[in-house]
Amino acid sequence: MSRRDFVHGSSAAVAALAAVPVHVRGIEPDPRAAQSPDSQFRMLAMIGLDAARTAGASYADVRVVRRREQAMSTRDDRVTGLSDAESLGCGIRVLVNGAWGFAASRVVTMEEVRRLAQQAVDQARANRQSVRRPVELAPVRAFPDNRWVSPVREDPFDVSLDEKVGLLLGANAVALGVSGVRFASSSMRFVRKESTFASTEGSVIEQTVYRSYPQMTVTAVARDNADFQSRASGEIAPLGLGYEYVRAANLEERALVWGEQAVEKLSARPVEPDLYDVILHPSNLFLTIHESIGHATELDRALGYEANYAGTTFLAPPADVLNTFRYGPEIMNVQADRTQQGALATVGWDDEGVAADSWPLVKAGVFVDYQTTREQAGLISEHTGISRSHGCAFAQSWNSVPFQRMPNVSLLPGEEGHTLDDLVAATEKGILIAGRGSYSIDQQRYNFQFGGQVFIEVRDGKLVGMLKDVAYQGRTPEFWNSMDMLGGAASYELGGTFGDAKGQPAQANAVSHGCPPARFRNVRVINTGGAS
Amino acid sequence: MSQVSATVLSEDDARELANRILDRSGAAEAIVQLRSSADGYTRFAANEITTSGDATDVTATLSVRVEGREASVEFNAFDDQTLVSAGERARAMAEVLPVDPELQELLEQQRYHEVEAWFEATAGLDPAARAASVRTMIARASGGGLVSSGFLARRASSVAVANTIGLFAYHRSTLASLTTTVRTRAGDGSGWAGDTGADWARMRSPDDLVERAVDKATRSAGATAVEPGAYTVVLEPTAAGSLLQLLGFAMDERAAEEGRSFFARPGGGTKRGEHVTASGISLVSDPGSPLLRTQPFTDDGQPLARTTWVEDGVLTTLSRSRAWADRTARQPIPAGNSLLLDAGGSGSTDDLVTGVERGLLVTRFWYIRSVDARSLLYTGLTRDGVFLIERGRVTRPVKNLRFNESVIRMLGSVDAAGAPVRVVASESGGLGAAVAVPPLVVRDFQFTALSDAV
Repeated sequence: MSRRDFVHGSSAAVAALAAVPVHVRGIEPDPRAAQSPDSQFRMLAMIGLDAARTAGASYADVRVVRRREQAMSTRDDRVTGLSDAESLGCGIRVLVNGAWGFAASRVVTMEEVRRLAQQAVDQARANRQSVRRPVELAPVRAFPDNRWVSPVREDPFDVSLDEKVGLLLGANAVALGVSGVRFASSSMRFVRKESTFASTEGSVIEQTVYRSYPQMTVTAVARDNADFQSRASGEIAPLGLGYEYVRAANLEERALVWGEQAVEKLSARPVEPDLYDVILHPSNLFLTIHESIGHATELDRALGYEANYAGTTFLAPPADVLNTFRYGPEIMNVQADRTQQGALATVGWDDEGVAADSWPLVKAGVFVDYQTTREQAGLISEHTGISRSHGCAFAQSWNSVPFQRMPNVSLLPGEEGHTLDDLVAATEKGILIAGRGSYSIDQQRYNFQFGGQVFIEVRDGKLVGMLKDVAYQGRTPEFWNSMDMLGGAASYELGGTFGDAKGQPAQANAVSHGCPPARFRNVRVINTGGAS
Repeated sequence: MSQVSATVLSEDDARELANRILDRSGAAEAIVQLRSSADGYTRFAANEITTSGDATDVTATLSVRVEGREASVEFNAFDDQTLVSAGERARAMAEVLPVDPELQELLEQQRYHEVEAWFEATAGLDPAARAASVRTMIARASGGGLVSSGFLARRASSVAVANTIGLFAYHRSTLASLTTTVRTRAGDGSGWAGDTGADWARMRSPDDLVERAVDKATRSAGATAVEPGAYTVVLEPTAAGSLLQLLGFAMDERAAEEGRSFFARPGGGTKRGEHVTASGISLVSDPGSPLLRTQPFTDDGQPLARTTWVEDGVLTTLSRSRAWADRTARQPIPAGNSLLLDAGGSGSTDDLVTGVERGLLVTRFWYIRSVDARSLLYTGLTRDGVFLIERGRVTRPVKNLRFNESVIRMLGSVDAAGAPVRVVASESGGLGAAVAVPPLVVRDFQFTALSDAV
């Protein structure tokens, strides 16, 4: 490949990183309208609440959840998997003298719901002796007859399988048409979670949450099998939208560039380990935000509730860091938000009936608030002045206990209105990193190492060629304080992750992170390809 | 019989329900997997019980075949209407697919090894029993001025596989896991201990585990940094197991022969017959091993037996799917659902420490992620207790470190090993894969950065 082709390829790489042109704001219909209530589930929920109260619960909530998930996967010209899963069940959570109990079953009948209520109360009584500080729930408004539906234009479960399979195999064929590409695999995954929630606070809430995730991976293998390189569709984020998003993702058109980039990676120059200015594209930066801000600002970590698995956080104790800890420069503003249209953690109400909220976590570089649930809000209200929950309770399905999970956490765009090109033009010795790669961070969210899908060297303000075997390392506070340039609103994109694990037993949450591209100075870059 | 025994499908109940599902599906060719479970768990943190739960479920996965195509539906209700519509839905899904040249014929009845994996002591871990175990752990930690957290989980379950040409396989099992992290009040020390197994009565006791975590938390306080670099390490079994299990996923013949695996030989073929670990190491899957006790069949009903992957350091076997076996005219070798590393050693972690002149003792690893699939290079961090070893003795705590290390290079650099034990293989500290490994002494383990996390 000539140098000219190389540079051309790198520019095409940047062009290929453009966000999916889906308008995620202002989608009709109004999500708070529509969907008739399922009176049977409402009735069962009421019976569960009554039974819990009768058995001695001071608080109870019931969730009847029907979760459907459709997944199809392909490799080359084959459909390797097609499944459609539905799970229905009921979970009852109770408080007895400040101790929690929870019981769940797939059997959704009056007798079973009564049995679950009693079982949950008995369990809470068994736990009571080991509760030091009885749980107190923050006040919440009652929502006695409310509904919410994700803003989908086209229900993915109504789209024919023919069409879905055709789209995936078509994209594979395009990628396999690129000389040097040996394998192409693609998939689609859709989730619909319908829940009826009722609590002794007087709320009855019905919600239907959708998620859609098209994906592709193209692999090129060297002629002598001595090397292989893959390009995954990192810039196609999972979103809380319908099939319209899959159409807009346009896998067939993008497959060509992904194929070319997989081949280009085989001959890309291994990175020279050194300090570089790194320009992180939103398709990469979203995950860095997730790991180093999203998880660090969870209040349950700060209080030690997750010490045995997910870990604690460097942002502790709350009294020492709230309103004083400098997370980053003045241009850094981070918003938690469960109202953002099309984002994965967007809902009408959380899984304990708190209305979706939007609030700052970092203001002008200073840490100002955590993510909270009803159980937690009062524990830091003297420092935040906020006594209500921010609505971060989440349970994966009917058989899991709600606990504090991440809302959408986003880095707000800069006011200067910079473009990605501006960031590149201002950089002397740097690397532009795009897409989601390998990522790992310690249990207090200090030391991290993140990879990516595409790495392009920047020299004297220009993109000069593709690199491979790149990972960047850092320590969270120093890293964010090294951020000196932010893209403007026009460069803001939503990334996201479908299966974020936390809790024991582990539950998977889906969450989005919006951000513009951003530049970080003097970041340590290592070469990850040297061990073979 | 414990209460959960009644909610987990027996062999007779599973056979009857599986046959009803196949019958109502109306499918000429179909296979069903039936899973029933009773899960119970209790969590504690900040020296108190924070959450607990009990949940029961029965899930069927019905795969219907139509002229060389297959699609699956999963459901957890079993009224006739659901079963009929499940069959219709799966059939309709399969009909839109292109013919799958790799779809293998349904298997006729097979012979399976009996694996005893159900233990009443585990099934009987009800909320009161769990709370009592946890209470003693909290009392020990808080009595010592420390902060405890942890997780006690148990699952009682059964799995059945049946198809329309008469195959039926059934296995029931229990599994428990107890893990605890104890931290100093100042947050400058942290220690972890855990155990897992099919039989709660044979697992290490809650008292024993909390004592170990308390000891580590206390001794790890005030850790100082060592320079990142290559160190001889003594990996406790949990640390060794969390890395070793990653190898299991990579041992696929097709990926190797297609050139997209570490086990691909440059120029074509696989590395079978080559040294891939240090001499003396063997790697097997064995459903019947008392340390593992896993399901003796695959999801499509293939029997699982003891399989040796690595013998005396040499790669002897890679797993071969039925489709790849068919394509290459060889016998299939199903991937294992368990992993046991044995290096013929005996003794404990402490025994290994005495033989190390200078090195680091690692309790466990965290956030392990693939960095380079070509070399099976992974990154991750130490956690909950790292100590300097000098002249055969643990001398002081050191700060956590990030590693970038290849599992292959690690297994090629094993200098000594103890006796294998079952480890908590999942980072989430819950019920995880069946992995048994000894503590290992590994030279030149690559640490690349320091972490301030405690």
